[in-house]
Amino acid sequence: MRSDRSGASLTLKCAAIGGLLFLHLPILLIFLYAFTTEERSYQFPPPGLTLQWFAVTWNRADVWTALSLSLKVATVSTAIALVMGTLCAAAMVRTRFFGREVISLLVILPIALPGIITGISLRSAFNLAEIPYSTFTIILGHATFCIVVVYNNAVARFRRLSGSMIEASLDLGANSFQTFRYVILPNIGTALLASGMLAFALSFDEVIVTTFTAGQQSTLPIWMLNELVRPRQRPVTNVVAMIVVLVTFVPILAAYYLTRGGEDTAGHGK
Amino acid sequence: MAGPLSYPRADGLTGRLSDLFWRRPGVLLALLLAPPLLWLGVIYIGSLFALLTQSFFAIDEFTGMIRREFTLKTYGELFRPANFDIIVRTVSMAASVTLASVVLAFPIAYFAARHARGRWKVLFYLGVMLPLWSSYLVKVYAWKLILAKEGIISWALQGAGLGFVLDGILSLPVIGGNSLSVSYIGTFMVFVYVWLPFMILPVQASLERVPVNLIEASGDLGASSRQTFVHVILPLALPGIIAGSIFTFSLTLGDYIIPQIIGSSRLFIGQAVYAHQGTAGNIPLAAAFAVVPIVVMAVYLWIAKRKGAFDAL
Repeated sequence: MRSDRSGASLTLKCAAIGGLLFLHLPILLIFLYAFTTEERSYQFPPPGLTLQWFAVTWNRADVWTALSLSLKVATVSTAIALVMGTLCAAAMVRTRFFGREVISLLVILPIALPGIITGISLRSAFNLAEIPYSTFTIILGHATFCIVVVYNNAVARFRRLSGSMIEASLDLGANSFQTFRYVILPNIGTALLASGMLAFALSFDEVIVTTFTAGQQSTLPIWMLNELVRPRQRPVTNVVAMIVVLVTFVPILAAYYLTRGGEDTAGHGK
Repeated sequence: MAGPLSYPRADGLTGRLSDLFWRRPGVLLALLLAPPLLWLGVIYIGSLFALLTQSFFAIDEFTGMIRREFTLKTYGELFRPANFDIIVRTVSMAASVTLASVVLAFPIAYFAARHARGRWKVLFYLGVMLPLWSSYLVKVYAWKLILAKEGIISWALQGAGLGFVLDGILSLPVIGGNSLSVSYIGTFMVFVYVWLPFMILPVQASLERVPVNLIEASGDLGASSRQTFVHVILPLALPGIIAGSIFTFSLTLGDYIIPQIIGSSRLFIGQAVYAHQGTAGNIPLAAAFAVVPIVVMAVYLWIAKRKGAFDAL
């Protein structure tokens, strides 16, 4: 508590901490509901607590199918986004060329425009080109908006990587590919890992674009959406929601620990 | 005979390629950019053009088929009262959500940027990042639980003997409803909750860049802390607020899931797009509706750019 000599006023403190609680309490509430014995309504407080819904959820085949599709889509989209995002970041960092601004806008656009625009655009394109909806069309959509996540993280790390490192590697006789493999990759590795995790989390959760690009298949979010609109067994939804929260917290925390600080990046102190 | 001026021999394909990259950096640049540009250019921009094209078609009222010829008829339909209401409703919701997000986000961002140190800084950072990245549907679902008639808010208010307050709010015209989960107030609360982290982060980033000596100078020159806030801190934080408002505004404009799950049966733009392309099969009208947020956002971004908001992203 240095900068402002008076320190934070009580009102500010309360407003800030109240704001954080506002962000977290709803999520915690889900955890409580996963154990409720009440099946037909969202009654609070729960009349009783039980573990039976975990078993019921475990035995639901539709949950497993949706989960495996989600994992598959997220894995492939992340892989595509990693390649595309890194290539784009590498090109944008050290060079100035005509149209550079346009390209950075192009990368950000899929996430800056509302998801429904991306969704309906892809759908009308598939429609005009008569491409049938499949896992492939879902992946096309997801990879498109995942690129920006990788790009942003990779650009930030590339900027901290000193150019003299690359020049030294080339001067010492390494070719471009060796330089990439032995100098650039070790330095941007953690940033790529982190952005890969974020891209994975983004794709794993995505629902708006997916509703437009999926045919009859359900990813886990689509499954949840259907349950929200037409609830069949509310406690199962509660359990799935809780597990989704826990599963997405892991990559987010991991990504944070991988990208924090960054003082260890070579050439940083220049 | 390795003299000081000789180079290691480039051998093999990789070596020759490397030499080429060194002599002609443009080739490397083109090779790096080609795959992502092809992907985004063909898939994304191509799709946007497909959307734009569709919006200039119109549906034949007799056959119900899409007639693929240029017309502005579909855009004209947007101005019919029923459709125009949807646009007005969505834009006003986006504006109020944005205002509320600024009010809620500012103290959090301010505390995190200027007071939190060490552990508290990490706590605030993760405290914003975790809700930001955790599942959107789960968050919406949590609010369905909270706002339900038998949910925690009614329970708490009734327990405190304040049930009449809730009833009073719900009996308000337009924004009220049967329960919070089918009212505009409910929709509004969920929107604010879900997009709040998108406002906090850019505001915090801009506040972190306000130099401490400016604030000290303002104090030394006799400004009260209130004056310092209004005349020094707020103007410097403005680009961050605008950057955040781009997110909250754009995300609210395009969302169709929150009003579908929590809210009255009156449509928002996103729902109109979804309904027209789905059951109604009127893709041209859906496309024309989708162009509305693009136009609104283009105007918004243009203003934001002039105010220097992109430096705060």
